[in-house]
Amino acid sequence: MVAAAPLRRDPEPVVGLALEVAGVDHRFDLHGEPLPVLEQISFRVEPGEFVAVLGPSGCGKSTLLRLVAGLEPPTTGRLLADGAAIVGPDPSRLMVFQDPTLFPWRTVRDNVALGLEARGLMRGERHRIQKALGLVGLGAFAGAYPHQLSGGMAQRAALARALVNDPRLLILDEPLGKLDSLTRLGMQGELVGLWRRAGFTALLVTHDIEEALVMATRVLVLGPRPARLVADLPVERAYPRHRDDPHLVALRHRILELLGLAATW
Amino acid sequence: MTVTGELSTLEPAVVPERTGTGPWLQPWVGGLAAGALWVGAGALTAAWPDADDWAYTRELAAAEAVGGALLVLVGLLGSRTGALFERLRNLAPWLIVLALALAVWEVAVAKLNLLPRPFFAPPQAFLEVYLDDGRRLAECAFASFGLLAVGYLLGAVAGFTAGVAIGWSRAVAYWGHPLLRLIGPLPATAWLPIAFFAFPSSWSASVFLIALASAIPVAVLTWSGVAGVNSAYYDIARTLGASPRFLVLRVAIPAAMPHVFVGLFMGLCMAFSVLVVAEMVGVKAGLGWYLQWAQGWAAYANMYAALLVLALVCSTLVGLLFRVRDRVLVWQKGLLKW
Ligand SMILES: Nc1ncnc2c1ncn2[C@@H]1O[C@H](COP(=O)(O)OP(=O)(O)O)[C@@H](O)[C@H]1O
Ligand SMILES: [Mg+2]
Repeated sequence: MVAAAPLRRDPEPVVGLALEVAGVDHRFDLHGEPLPVLEQISFRVEPGEFVAVLGPSGCGKSTLLRLVAGLEPPTTGRLLADGAAIVGPDPSRLMVFQDPTLFPWRTVRDNVALGLEARGLMRGERHRIQKALGLVGLGAFAGAYPHQLSGGMAQRAALARALVNDPRLLILDEPLGKLDSLTRLGMQGELVGLWRRAGFTALLVTHDIEEALVMATRVLVLGPRPARLVADLPVERAYPRHRDDPHLVALRHRILELLGLAATW
Repeated sequence: MTVTGELSTLEPAVVPERTGTGPWLQPWVGGLAAGALWVGAGALTAAWPDADDWAYTRELAAAEAVGGALLVLVGLLGSRTGALFERLRNLAPWLIVLALALAVWEVAVAKLNLLPRPFFAPPQAFLEVYLDDGRRLAECAFASFGLLAVGYLLGAVAGFTAGVAIGWSRAVAYWGHPLLRLIGPLPATAWLPIAFFAFPSSWSASVFLIALASAIPVAVLTWSGVAGVNSAYYDIARTLGASPRFLVLRVAIPAAMPHVFVGLFMGLCMAFSVLVVAEMVGVKAGLGWYLQWAQGWAAYANMYAALLVLALVCSTLVGLLFRVRDRVLVWQKGLLKW
């Protein structure tokens, strides 16, 4: 192990970021009326954790992620990254959305290059693009345009676009939500693999309870809008996990109850 | 083929091999038919005496016959003429119809004198204009092109800049939007009297008018393109560390390009109409001026000939614009071809 260390390409491995959300309230202005979306949300994510967020549709999960990304400031409360207040977006905290939102006028390679270009790092770090594409299995498609990709490939490209920047927190907003179920199962495994190898902290919103239980080390459950944190459940199982593991099945039942859907069990 | 669904769009389209008698002699029937008709039209033109003595009847007949003979040659050799054949093969119906139309026109006007003179001119009168007055016509086309190029380029750059600024900056939109709303719908030709009075020369006045006419659609469409950019693109770029400059140059503008090209196309069409009006009213050169001059002398053949040149110039310029667009917007699928 010690002998192999100098062979590492990256001088320093990514260190996951510690996230703290403290007493966050958020309201939108809807036709002049305040629309409360998040209420007293507080939780902490330790470096390298994989936290999944579940909650009813429209409860404010995407809003929470936008606050964490720094795309909007919270109405009240504080968000801290490694103890420092989040005041705006930063390449250490990157997002992957349900829609891959690749820039259609750029090839896959140039999409992945976006972050390096935006920060003026293309000169020294260009080699990382091909590496990131290889990591998500798109090495052969560097020259393709987004409209030439399938949904799964586009989402992989979006993932590469984030990963090439070595994010310390990867924010995933239903990233697999639009994929067919087979592609989705495959990519769940790939994402967990990437996370375990790279060491970043992950915050995943999903509407699929099973997905949360197979992937995350912890599951946060939000209530209906205005969302409060109703449960914080650790998932104590090693990877790879089995979907019919009794512990996961019990957790699944518990979460369905929390979401008021126990009758569908 | 081992193409999966995901890969198939990247593979070049496979054109099925034509089955036939082999690669050696595959005559192109459409080309042969068109060539024969053109030779026939030439023979008709030469053999049937004109009702009036038109110049260049023999030259017209010779040109038709030579063109027809070449077509017959290509028709015989078929695919062995390579690129030429590829370009011509879809044109056979057009070549056939054109030969027939030309023959009918020739017979009706030159041979039977069926249509009122001098409003109608036979095909050889076009030839006469191009051969005898070609130099002046070329000078006029060149003058028009220069005026158009300068005015349109200035207008396109100004319109694009204004559109980006209005679409991007609230402060610019606050002042620019009402101005654009007020001035935009005004036909550029309404400025004609002021422009010719305010500018030192009719040429510079015309440049201004053409620039104004082309700038407005470019500005409006660029603006709507920039304003309509999916805000998720900005979110992505901002999290990746983009500066405002990067957001404008690398996100807003490329995303707006499809709209910009619609504006550039509309602006070009506006520029044509203003060009002709400006040349008819003020500038003493150009195709608009030639048209006006020809009409004044009842030289209808010259007028038609100039009109044809104008149409070709305009169509070529639009074609050029579409070529540029095809290069810039390669990433879009399903583009309209010019
Ligand atoms: N920019 C906005 N302006 C007003 N209302 C918004 C805005 N964004 C989201 N909302 C509202 O906030 C609520 C939560 O939205 P969101 O966070 O997207 O929910 P989800 O949990 O499904 O991701 C929804 O009712 C939505 O209509
Ligand atoms: Mg959402």
